[in-house]
Amino acid sequence: MDDAVSKLAAYLGDRIGPKLLDAEIALGELTVAVARDNIPEIIQFLRDDSRCRFGSLIDICGVDYPDREERFDVVYHLLSPWLNHRIRVRTKTDAATPVPSIVGLFPGADWFEREAYDLYGILFAGHPDLRRLLTDYGFQGHPLRKDFPLTGFVELRYDDTLKRVVYEPVKLMQEYRSFDFLSPWEGMGTAIPGDEKAGAAPDRDGKS
Amino acid sequence: MAETEHPPVQADSGKRAGDERKFTINFGPQHPAAHGVLRLVLELDGEVVERVDPHIGLLHRGTEKLIEYKTYLQALPYFDRLDYVAPMNQEHAYSLAVEKLVGVSVPKRAQLIRVLYSEIGRLLSHLLNVTTQALDVGALTPPLWGFEEREKLMVFYERASGSRMHAAYFRPGGVHQDLPPELIADIYAFCDPFLKVCDDIEDLLTGNRIFKQRNVDIGVVKLDDAWERGFSGVMVRGSGAAWDLRKAQPYECYDELAFDIPIGKNGDCYDRYLVRMEEMRQAVRIMRQCCERLTTEQGPVTVDNHKMVPPRRAEMKASMEALIHHFKLYTEGYHVAKGEVYAAVEAPKGEFGVYLVSDGTNRPYRCKIRAPSFPHLAAMDFLCRGHMLADVSAVLGSIDIVFGEIDR
Repeated sequence: MDDAVSKLAAYLGDRIGPKLLDAEIALGELTVAVARDNIPEIIQFLRDDSRCRFGSLIDICGVDYPDREERFDVVYHLLSPWLNHRIRVRTKTDAATPVPSIVGLFPGADWFEREAYDLYGILFAGHPDLRRLLTDYGFQGHPLRKDFPLTGFVELRYDDTLKRVVYEPVKLMQEYRSFDFLSPWEGMGTAIPGDEKAGAAPDRDGKS
Repeated sequence: MAETEHPPVQADSGKRAGDERKFTINFGPQHPAAHGVLRLVLELDGEVVERVDPHIGLLHRGTEKLIEYKTYLQALPYFDRLDYVAPMNQEHAYSLAVEKLVGVSVPKRAQLIRVLYSEIGRLLSHLLNVTTQALDVGALTPPLWGFEEREKLMVFYERASGSRMHAAYFRPGGVHQDLPPELIADIYAFCDPFLKVCDDIEDLLTGNRIFKQRNVDIGVVKLDDAWERGFSGVMVRGSGAAWDLRKAQPYECYDELAFDIPIGKNGDCYDRYLVRMEEMRQAVRIMRQCCERLTTEQGPVTVDNHKMVPPRRAEMKASMEALIHHFKLYTEGYHVAKGEVYAAVEAPKGEFGVYLVSDGTNRPYRCKIRAPSFPHLAAMDFLCRGHMLADVSAVLGSIDIVFGEIDR
């Protein structure tokens, strides 16, 4: 299985090597990073090439890294049911720059892109109908962004006098408590000698 | 001959000049055939559907956001609440994802229990779907018979986990508790009579004239369309692809078990029904093998690592270390190495995947839930276009959607 993955990685390196910013195999899964503008071309190659044949679009999703300059990752998961292998394609974007849509290549991308737009505010250029999908009609903001609070901004209830649902700013009886179990001392920001948890998290073998 | 000179007789479409027959109607979100809270905006030309615009999100609970604020163990019960007709199959995908990131594999007995309960989940889901598909096209008896069996299966859930639906039984690192031998015997005893119930339900439906009129050649999906729209599970098997993750990319001990993959020929609603019926029989076959092996295959049901799986209660009474482990696991939880992983299982509705990004802390950085019904429902427009209004509910019934997992 791992052998087949590394063969596929080598093959992709031969064929579209200059367009791949990065290719890595971790936990038996191949991930390639490509530039935003090359997405349709790469996905089309992966779909049509006889040794790739990634004919099934499994998923498109966003990941938010607010500290980065281009804060969003857009991650595509593809599956080839004929050759029985998977690949993950990743690209970066920010809140203002659209990613080319792949609805023309995979009609199934329609809702996945709408969902990424709704939850992260990632724009897709060329999408036929980029509306919100999961959130409420008239919803403001993009809830899966890391800077969007877990409790949200508005709450709604049925008002018996107005005979309709009303939206109000969230009122919490108690602040949302986010327990930080990572540091043994409350409020300690700096690393203390001998505190192995303050540094980088240990990797699989327990080494820092 | 005089007759041939007549123009061919046109069927009367009912259309008269100046008739405006375009309608936009709203279906749901509280329609009994909407299988939950689906709102469809249908554009009709007379009775013919021209465009379907599903509005989803009425059950959106922000599961993915909530998971980012929970430890790896606390995130697990959210998966029961996705596809709530087969809860343990979802837990399974999540547990596999965490285990892959951490790099552990669960003991054989735990694998067998997981497979056993995944197949019970398959029965739960298919029983609900097949019978409510019949209900959608007008048959009332199959749901009554099917729900009787579901009730028995839910008792098996309860006897294993303490809960009929929201089990939280598969945990990263194994299953929560071992099964008592009487339960395994009872599940085994359930298997054969259940096949008889399958036959009874099939007697009602397979040859039924009304059921066939409503389902044959309705919602036909060609295999190429199915792949490029991201379909999986019964939706591709009904169209003729022998694709099943349990065979193609085996997880747990599926490669040691004997079972067959039924496929359809025409890709219509009727074939999908037939595939589901046969899958139930195959699931029973797997369950029987699991029960047989569980009577001989003794051993632990979790990995032997108390940095990940809490110690047993009895151990905590005597061992300080066990108590500390318990406390740390239920407050801080365990840390998962940096990385990302995609793990998928063949859930009853198709490929249920979890894409997990870990930043090395005790909480998932990102957990994307790839629900099988999501792309299926997204294709409603494609499936229903050109059909009659009444076929919308037949198609909806046969694509097997559950809103817990679509809206998340």
